[in-house]
Amino acid sequence: MGEPGTKEILSLEELEASAGVRTGRKHILSILVENKPGVLTRIAGLFARRGFNIDTLAVGPTDDPTLSRITLTLDGAMHPIDQVTKQLHKLVNVIKIRDLEPAETVARELALFKVSADGATRAEVMQMVEIFRGKIIDVSKRSVIIEVTGSWEKIEAFERMVRPFGLIEMARTGEIAISRGRGET
Amino acid sequence: MMRAVDAIMECLKAEGVDVVFGYPGGANLPTYDAFVDAGIRHILVRHEAGGGHAAEGYAKASGKVGVVFATSGPGATNIVTPLTDAMMDSVPMVAFTGQVRTELLGTDGFQEADTFGITMPIVKHSFVIQHPAEIPRAVHEAFHIARTGRPGPVLIDIPQDLSRAEIDYQPVEDVHLPGYQPTVDGNSKQIRLAAKALANARRPVLYAGGGVVSSGASEELRALADAGNFPVTCTLMGLGTFPAPHPQWLGMLGMHGTRAANYAMDEADLIVAIGARFDDRITGKLSEFAPRAKFIHIDIDPAEISKNVPAHIPIVGDAKRILDRLVDEYRALEPDKARLAGWWERIEHWRQQYPLRYDDTPDSEIKPQYLVQALYEATDNGDCILSSDVGQHQMWAAQYFHFSQPRRWINSGGLGTMGFGLPAAIGAAVACPDVPSVLLTGDGSFQMNIQELGTARQFDIPVKCVIMDNGYLGMVRQWQELFWDRRYSNVDMGSYPDWVKLAEAYGAKGVLLTDKRTLVDDLRAALATPGPVVVDVKVTREENTYPMIAPGAAAREMVG
Repeated sequence: MGEPGTKEILSLEELEASAGVRTGRKHILSILVENKPGVLTRIAGLFARRGFNIDTLAVGPTDDPTLSRITLTLDGAMHPIDQVTKQLHKLVNVIKIRDLEPAETVARELALFKVSADGATRAEVMQMVEIFRGKIIDVSKRSVIIEVTGSWEKIEAFERMVRPFGLIEMARTGEIAISRGRGET
Repeated sequence: MMRAVDAIMECLKAEGVDVVFGYPGGANLPTYDAFVDAGIRHILVRHEAGGGHAAEGYAKASGKVGVVFATSGPGATNIVTPLTDAMMDSVPMVAFTGQVRTELLGTDGFQEADTFGITMPIVKHSFVIQHPAEIPRAVHEAFHIARTGRPGPVLIDIPQDLSRAEIDYQPVEDVHLPGYQPTVDGNSKQIRLAAKALANARRPVLYAGGGVVSSGASEELRALADAGNFPVTCTLMGLGTFPAPHPQWLGMLGMHGTRAANYAMDEADLIVAIGARFDDRITGKLSEFAPRAKFIHIDIDPAEISKNVPAHIPIVGDAKRILDRLVDEYRALEPDKARLAGWWERIEHWRQQYPLRYDDTPDSEIKPQYLVQALYEATDNGDCILSSDVGQHQMWAAQYFHFSQPRRWINSGGLGTMGFGLPAAIGAAVACPDVPSVLLTGDGSFQMNIQELGTARQFDIPVKCVIMDNGYLGMVRQWQELFWDRRYSNVDMGSYPDWVKLAEAYGAKGVLLTDKRTLVDDLRAALATPGPVVVDVKVTREENTYPMIAPGAAAREMVG
């Protein structure tokens, strides 16, 4: 393609558009917002009316009390991520959005599992917990509550492993994430 | 110390507001008390929807921020339509709504509505006041957000008790909005690339929308068109940004656009979209829209770029600044001017082959298209601000009223709000008292905010309302005829009311016109009558707006 600024010919055929690209992978968006009432409603409302489907959502304070961080994950196979971030940017209370690069990001989720475990299966369940470096935080006669932290994939894997024992309940926080290295997320 | 409501008045004056539209009620009584001494002109509308649309008309005609006041609950819900309309058409507007006292919030108090929640998706931003000291800053931030970037409506919801609280008012000199920093200067490299693409295009089209009006970039658009001898088409919202009587003007594009404009888009190799958003009424069937074209998309809203049509050269920023530099860059390339000869030949062929036309005979009744042409003539070739409502009359106005200046054509495009016209024409008349304000409406639309005739009369706002009266909801009837086997369902409006009597009841002049031979002179006489005037023009009942791209069809498949 001809360098801008020269009179070299630019063939229109060489122009390519990139838009509405569906990446096909999971995206983690880290969104810094003003800590004001109604901000989460605005973001949730935007996703609802534009037809974007949030997979997980976590909201919490940051080191700066005037700001909150919203970490949300969504499926890049379903949504054009550039359109999602551009629409989010239009919200006046949104300060900054990072579409985190998986390789340069540490992401963690906390999950609680209530699993059937009587005398016969408790040892086996405990072994599974150990492998996943989880913790048993409550025990009753016929069940245990297990705490596991890790990536979304690890939580999924743990769920698959304990489900056969009888998964009574599960609660997950959704991932929170931060970029590796010295720079701010 | 002063009351927060008095501080609001100070803020309005600091923002240069000299006129507002509104309606009082319980929750905004303190604000209305402040109006008594504020020295700001307040126009009392007859319905909050009228107030919102009047603020829009004012903003569209003047380029300034329109302001509307409404009370809580029903007052606030009544401005939902104008807010949505302003959001869709990027109209700068600030709406002040009253709210119940803070102690009543969330209790389903009398006239309580969740105004913030209801309006969230239809405003550019909103402020819910939680402390009276926040009010002055919120007002200035609201005006800043409304008028900058892509303009839009901003709402400020103020609980009644907070509005009457005493605050230590200090004038606000600056706004601090870290999350709101619109890009105005286009990327230089992208602008150079766009110039090169234009220089190499063989079949280019400039496609301009309402953003060119908002940006005040009509001169720059014309300069670019002149520099490259480019053909120009406009969206419904862009009409007037390029002078209609101009050899490079193709007419409006889209569903009821000209064949020349739509066929040019269809065969173009390069389309420059400027402040336009590829609405479905423009593109028709998206997968068959301009299949041979590459796209340069200039828009101040990055989210519009590649939303519907992928852009090859996106340029985010203010159209005026970008076009100005694009013209220079283009000229510097010294492109071969002769390269468009074949393209113009093709366009000329379409123009000759497919001019806008309708069947008419000397002794026929008044054709609606002829009414628009007669009105154009009676206004000395469109020397007025023409507002319209929504429907067939709007499309015929867009086709046959040749707009030569921006901000002279005021209508509801994106939302298509019937009832927009009369209050908008009032707002336009208030904004530009030296330019005649003419409304072209339909007998359906006019009745949706007819009560504003009272406003026009009381405040002596001389709007001239011309009703294209076919006794039908004409556009719906047309769709039922074309796409629903002519099974007419609830589109016949009968001949109610008697418009002349109604006008007279409001103290306005009413005129009934049925004679085609004297129509131009009769219209001229009606327009010259002082004060508000209602002109009822009986037209052919079943006339269709053509040409037309059927919904979901491609430009190539234009009919009629």
